[in-house]
Amino acid sequence: MRTDDLIDQLATAPTPVRGGAVQRRFLAAAVAAALAALVLCLGWLHTRDDLAQAVGGRMFWMKALYTVLLAAAGFLALERLARPEGVPRKALLFGGVVLAVFLSLAMAQMMMAEPHERMAMLRGQSWTVCAMHILTLALPGLAITLLVLRRMAPTRPMLTGFAAGAFAGAVSATVYGLHCGESTMVFVGVWYTLGVLGTGLLGAIAGRWALRW
Amino acid sequence: MTETEARLKALMLLGLDGDAQAYRLLLSLLGGRLRAYFERRMRDAPGDVEDLVQETLMAVHTKRATYDRAQPFTPWAFALARYKLIDHWRRRKVRIAVPLDDYVEVLAAYAPEPGSAMDIDRALETLPQRQRDLVRQVKIEGLSLAEAGARAGVSEGAAKVALHRALKVLGERMRGRADG
Repeated sequence: MRTDDLIDQLATAPTPVRGGAVQRRFLAAAVAAALAALVLCLGWLHTRDDLAQAVGGRMFWMKALYTVLLAAAGFLALERLARPEGVPRKALLFGGVVLAVFLSLAMAQMMMAEPHERMAMLRGQSWTVCAMHILTLALPGLAITLLVLRRMAPTRPMLTGFAAGAFAGAVSATVYGLHCGESTMVFVGVWYTLGVLGTGLLGAIAGRWALRW
Repeated sequence: MTETEARLKALMLLGLDGDAQAYRLLLSLLGGRLRAYFERRMRDAPGDVEDLVQETLMAVHTKRATYDRAQPFTPWAFALARYKLIDHWRRRKVRIAVPLDDYVEVLAAYAPEPGSAMDIDRALETLPQRQRDLVRQVKIEGLSLAEAGARAGVSEGAAKVALHRALKVLGERMRGRADG
């Protein structure tokens, strides 16, 4: 095809694109990811028995705040990485600070506890399944986010895939709080974080082949 | 340069709002600049320049939602061009690497550089005696396959198969060495 013909074709009635299109698509992806995780959580894991009581407690919201902030860092990173040669400097800084603050709090909690209680805090009731549950609930969200990204222009497939995974993982972890009855920062700092980073790793691997255009 | 950028950006913003005429002008102005960009970088394969121009224009169109209106236009468009160029090189490398395997025989048989003669001798040492003799007789002394086969007491066809295998192994050894 001649280039002039191609230009004619592309320029025939171009659909208008509003500003902020990238942000809107990732917000929509976050909503879809949260709904998918919610359906999985309600249908498969069910909510914790004491949910009505728990929502009055501080730890329930502390967990949600941590994972929502991680999701926000993922969102900011994606908003940069979806554009060619985008650098997610602020997002990485933000995510790093959230991680560092929460892990320091968890560490402090661990230090203040009696030595014989520390292992119990770390393991809780569900340390063997927590990260895996978060990762599983995140799978539809990861797929959705990668699909959204495929229509954009990421030029770093692995880093972008990681951001997509961490984003979907953090959304999923927020929803998982409805099921998970663990209530120590130590537990959340280790296993929730591992679930989010594990989904990020999966995203990085998938991104290598899924994010070429 | 900055004047061009201001003009292209203004056209792009109009195009994003659905102005077909401005958008067409943008694409054709950009097409000319992309052609110059790719021509400078593709002197060894000028035939691919137009393909890359078209692929990049297509990317500008399908990925235009990723253009941030607050940012300059030219860096965004050329970031797409760079990605397409790197992608093109990567794909071409694959295309070149595949037929290369078919020529391992040829490459191994005509020792091209003086320095590599020793490497070939050393690689030959690693072959079994019969295969080594076969390669020497046919490729270095110039015997026919039938003659070399007769010396080893096998048919011409068997000699041909054995020689092919030997050269393949040899080629792999040589390449393995080159890869370090």
